[in-house]
Amino acid sequence: MNSGSGWRTPAAPAVGVRAHGWGWRHAGRRDWALHDIDLALEPGERVLLLGPSGSGKSTMLAALAGVLGDDDGSSDEGDSAGILTVDGHDPRSARGAAGLVLQDPDSQVIMSRVGDDVAFGCENLGVPRDELWIRVREALELVGLELPLDHPTEALSGGQKQRLALAGALAMRPGLLLLDEPTANVDPSGVLEVRDAVAAVLARTGATAVIVEHRVESWLDLADRIVVLGADGTLMADGEPRAVLAQRGAALAAAGVWVPGRESRIARRRGPAEHPALLRAERLSLARVAGRPLPVTAHSPLDTTVSAGEVLALTGPNGSGKTTLALTLGGLLAPFAGEVRAEPLLAAGADPRPIRMRSRELLTRIGTVFQTPEHQFLTSTVRDELALGPRTLHLAPAAIDERVDELLARLGLHSLAGANPFTLSGGQKRRLSVGAVLATRPGVLVLDEPTFGQDALTWAAVVELIEELRSGGAAVVAATHDPRFAAAIGAHELAMAGVAA
Amino acid sequence: MTAAATALPSRSGVAAINPVAKIAAALVIALTLAFSVDTVSAGLALALEAVLLPFAGLRWGAFWHRTAPVWFAAPLAGIAVLLYGRPSGRLYLDWWFVEVTDGSLHLAIATMLRVLAIALPAVALFATVDATELADGLAQIVRLPSRFVLGALAAFRLLGLMREDWRALAMARRARGAADRGRLQRFGGLVFALFVLSIRRGSALATAMEARGFGGSTPRSWARRSRFGMREVLLILVAALIAAAAVTTAVVTGQWVIGGR
Repeated sequence: MNSGSGWRTPAAPAVGVRAHGWGWRHAGRRDWALHDIDLALEPGERVLLLGPSGSGKSTMLAALAGVLGDDDGSSDEGDSAGILTVDGHDPRSARGAAGLVLQDPDSQVIMSRVGDDVAFGCENLGVPRDELWIRVREALELVGLELPLDHPTEALSGGQKQRLALAGALAMRPGLLLLDEPTANVDPSGVLEVRDAVAAVLARTGATAVIVEHRVESWLDLADRIVVLGADGTLMADGEPRAVLAQRGAALAAAGVWVPGRESRIARRRGPAEHPALLRAERLSLARVAGRPLPVTAHSPLDTTVSAGEVLALTGPNGSGKTTLALTLGGLLAPFAGEVRAEPLLAAGADPRPIRMRSRELLTRIGTVFQTPEHQFLTSTVRDELALGPRTLHLAPAAIDERVDELLARLGLHSLAGANPFTLSGGQKRRLSVGAVLATRPGVLVLDEPTFGQDALTWAAVVELIEELRSGGAAVVAATHDPRFAAAIGAHELAMAGVAA
Repeated sequence: MTAAATALPSRSGVAAINPVAKIAAALVIALTLAFSVDTVSAGLALALEAVLLPFAGLRWGAFWHRTAPVWFAAPLAGIAVLLYGRPSGRLYLDWWFVEVTDGSLHLAIATMLRVLAIALPAVALFATVDATELADGLAQIVRLPSRFVLGALAAFRLLGLMREDWRALAMARRARGAADRGRLQRFGGLVFALFVLSIRRGSALATAMEARGFGGSTPRSWARRSRFGMREVLLILVAALIAAAAVTTAVVTGQWVIGGR
């Protein structure tokens, strides 16, 4: 890998970070998200920032990037305390000193063409046009995204979009690079893509880096320091990576960090003695949009059976139709050809074709958990969200309360029963979205990427819930990229072929 | 990657002209023709445009596809005027409020021609406008505030995501047992949910933009220079000539009537 002086235009020197008694409180909250943080990062240090879900890691990065609050220290976003500086300045007055890459690939694409998107940050910094395009090409080259400058950004994969965001930050020549779970929402091949791009960037620029990631093993070789935030919003540990993992491994694992060698084991339970078929798909071709069949399934229709007490994992590369198959089995998309049929045991008097079942009939028969939890939230509190299904079924109020309380405890959401689902952390949202579907005890549970990008705690909680459901005699269908999930739960695999180029 | 992957229409001839000039050209014709309702000015403008439209940089398939609504709306406007326009001259049909007369027939044809003469060049010119180039032009040539223009441009890109969100929201409602209610109620709920989600997406996008220095105090540079040269002036000039020829002929032949008859 090249190091140092490959730039045709001057690179920014790496910058240091100082925090003294720094803290932040979100508007409308009583507790400080972060408080009494004392931290000194030297220029060029590469720090892995770890901590449980909701410990304020993202808040810390946003503050360093200068996108938290206004210049006067308090704003409608929240209040700050203490001192935080990047290169000796308040980060809010030094926008551009730090480059930030966020978690969601979709909401970081700003322009419709690759070159324009990378140029956007440079334009805002007032970089002259000639130098700007040199920077754009260099940044794209460094992240390995060698596409025409007018390539449409909407045609990029998740991993490519993340590398684009990295290039966009990089072209601004930040002395500090901030990465907020850059691989949480990309598939396994994309994780390596992004990791390698970050490695190349740091080797070349020597920038200071703060990286938030759950999956430590992918990033361990890159980091020369680990900083851990505790659930209470203070610093819990700080030091050389292997030493911190050795001393604090157990605590970190308990906080949801994927510590190598400390992966949680899921206790397999005995399932039901019999595995009667509940759903059958015959000669099925799929269409995501009505009338437009997916090419793969149009050429080779699918046959599959979903049985009680078993897990069917739908695997395959992006675009292979995993999600479409899951939603079709879930009675939410009509098959293009062929049919999905519920056996009488499952249909229980309803139309045997899931797509023909009434919305309410689906509740106890086939439950679907969506990839994006926000899509399925319908109420304004966590408690109502869990109670919605049982209420629709007209259960007795006492029975509803019992189910909801049990789920709140199982999901670790008891203290958040009154919170708005949209304000939860990513892991909490995922758990709630699974719980809300379990509340009506469907015979078949369909999940779209249930464990994607989750910290180890949420991962284990979700997998255990699914395992419990399976052993109780329900059938589970999961579209998944996560090989750990399929292995942990002993799933049958339906590998879907990719689209032939 | 092939050129097809760039999703841009071919950039040559008129298509490559600055969008600001395209807007100006379309406005020149529209504002001029709006002053009179006669067949001569509209007819002549339309005839001149018909000669020029093949050079607008659109393939025929695309041309008919894009202008389909115009071909539908123009006769409709004509028929409305024919049936309900102010009566004058010989009466052809009289039924309730409907009176078809010499005057309304003439006015109907004039209206139809006018809609075509104004809308066809506008649609044909806009069909080759790229949103990014338009934003560049509005900010650099027209000097609209860059915050406003770039914000709108970014929001425009979110529209595609909204379509996906809508489909997912509708399915999720069905999965959650909430889709058996009346169609109207369901629609209302969906619109609200989409609204909430869009605000969230918007604020996430705003954060990403801020993180890249957007909204800072540094004067902005522009990666793409929006050019306004001879080609642009020429396009506007052609539009002005069409408008002038149409007005002159109508005035000379005594047909030009401000505000209709």
